[in-house]
Amino acid sequence: MNKINAALIGSGNIGTDLLYKALRSDWINPRWMVGIDPDSEGLERARKLGLKTTHEGVDGLLPHMREDNIQICFDATSAYVHAENSRKVQAGGAMMIDLTPAAIGPYCVPPVNLKDHLGKRELNVNMVTCGGQATIPMVAAVSRVQAVEYGEIVATVSSRSAGPGTRKNIDEFTQTTAGAVERVGGARRGKAIIILNPAEPPLIMRDTVHCITEEEPDREAITESVAAMIAEVQKYVPGYRLKNGPVFDGHRVSLFLEVEGLGDYLPKYAGNLDIMTAAGLRTAEMFAEEISNGSLVLQAASA
Amino acid sequence: MNLSGKKITLHDNSLRDGMHAKRHQISLEQMVAVASALDEAGVSMIEVTHGDGLAGASVNYGFPAHSDEEYLRAVRPHVKRARISALLLPGIGTVPELEMAADAGADCIRIATHCTEADVSQQHIAKSRELGLDTVGFLMLAHMVEAEKLVEQAKLMESYGANCIYFSDSAGCMLPDDVGVRISALREALGPATELGFHAHHNLSLGVINSLVAVESGANRIDGSVAGMGAGAGNAPLEVFVAVAERMGVETGADLFKLTDVAEDLIVPMLDRPIRIDRDALTLGYAGVYSSFLLFAKRAQERYGVSSRELLVELGRRKMVGGQEDMIEDVAIEMAKARNELGETA
Repeated sequence: MNKINAALIGSGNIGTDLLYKALRSDWINPRWMVGIDPDSEGLERARKLGLKTTHEGVDGLLPHMREDNIQICFDATSAYVHAENSRKVQAGGAMMIDLTPAAIGPYCVPPVNLKDHLGKRELNVNMVTCGGQATIPMVAAVSRVQAVEYGEIVATVSSRSAGPGTRKNIDEFTQTTAGAVERVGGARRGKAIIILNPAEPPLIMRDTVHCITEEEPDREAITESVAAMIAEVQKYVPGYRLKNGPVFDGHRVSLFLEVEGLGDYLPKYAGNLDIMTAAGLRTAEMFAEEISNGSLVLQAASA
Repeated sequence: MNLSGKKITLHDNSLRDGMHAKRHQISLEQMVAVASALDEAGVSMIEVTHGDGLAGASVNYGFPAHSDEEYLRAVRPHVKRARISALLLPGIGTVPELEMAADAGADCIRIATHCTEADVSQQHIAKSRELGLDTVGFLMLAHMVEAEKLVEQAKLMESYGANCIYFSDSAGCMLPDDVGVRISALREALGPATELGFHAHHNLSLGVINSLVAVESGANRIDGSVAGMGAGAGNAPLEVFVAVAERMGVETGADLFKLTDVAEDLIVPMLDRPIRIDRDALTLGYAGVYSSFLLFAKRAQERYGVSSRELLVELGRRKMVGGQEDMIEDVAIEMAKARNELGETA
């Protein structure tokens, strides 16, 4: 089968971790990595792995998109520059998988709504946030059983795994995650909290999901639905585990999760990066399949 | 200790930190009554809203009796002289809540981060300054780092635009020298125009003395809570601090007897339980645990039959930081499971 050529924009933690995963993909062929710092470790690694690189940002990539037939781009930079990046690569004929919390395109949380994106000809899909990828499947697991009046998620990541992008975009993180708890998770109202913990040795990513159901929770059905959803997430993030719960307390349903990464680039504690890159890649693979079988045709804007 | 002639700004936290002790259930009437009485007693600054700051309303921290906006708008017209502040923890609260607080009449925003994570406060500090508010960078659980690290983080907040830097002994576990060394280092490193403040918790009964040491070492803003109403064993009891400060010749601007009346006549009658150093509060200070974990640990003890003291010690061992209230239930469940397994094998 023909792999689809892709460019990774952003050479930080997310971009570099994604690179290792993309190299193993049956559908995606990473050709370019884009950074803004010539001394970036991510770019250095990419070059050694045979990718073309530029440290001149997206503008350094654009002149090469056509000759290298880049059809999918991943943006792992920052919410502040995403819209501009997206506009440029779409004009260059590629679709965009947005791993920043900019969320200008529709949200995608693969085990919940990946298939909804099929056949829509979307040119920009947003991967919400790491906390969203880790928790929204659980909100959805409850809301597919019965109405969830309120969904709240608390994501705790080790300080070492939170790069400068996450730190500068912390409001965007909580706002985008809360929005997706509602729109993808199915909660009537959503709230998101993120905590950074600097403990050494670093803590594995922890996520807590609290749902308030409208009616008395159906314990058996929720427990079953949660187990099935955990298995779905584990297909692409094997270290995704339910540590405790579901706890039922009146209408409150609480789930205590742990996300251990594969350790591709950053160590295993950084499950937050892993679940993001794994979800982004899985989404890209679905689009790659569509491009490959002709159901999604991308066109460069005429100059 | 010679503090004679020093002038300080008193900042009461009973209507914000005290919300922890009240499970965020203070009524609008109570808030207005206490805030007006504190204003009348000459306290310079008064903090209100949810214990975990703006947007703290949640399953994780507790839903308050009223919204942040309702509290701010209720209190504002009754406070004539004092400045009103609101706390914001990035990761919980966001810029739109900060703008709401400014619109509802807050004069001061305090942006609080864990003592090593100051760089998440940039957008909020910048916005607060842009709105022309008194802008405080507030570093929590400061016992967890040495003075050098604290200075580095404080300088970040100062560079984002904070005109005052606080650190908080959020676990109430610092010894007087721990406070003195850190305040002195900050005073030396920060610009002369940058104010410096200290926020105590009273878990080891050192809230007052630690605050005095902070003043001696260069702090000019001191947090306290009237009748000590705050998380854990409370904050430095404001009226006690004022009495001692007055005897030492420190100018606080507050009227001691009026403050003691607020404590006795307004705060004490509204307490659900006495603010005192019980064995769990003492454990917070001893094990270095965030003070607002106290009531959550007590609840976990009731629900899961584990010892709240052991639970707090374990949370300290795992180096939990402020905001990780979810882990209290998680660890309690684990402890209960471990005990049941032991029981089964025995």
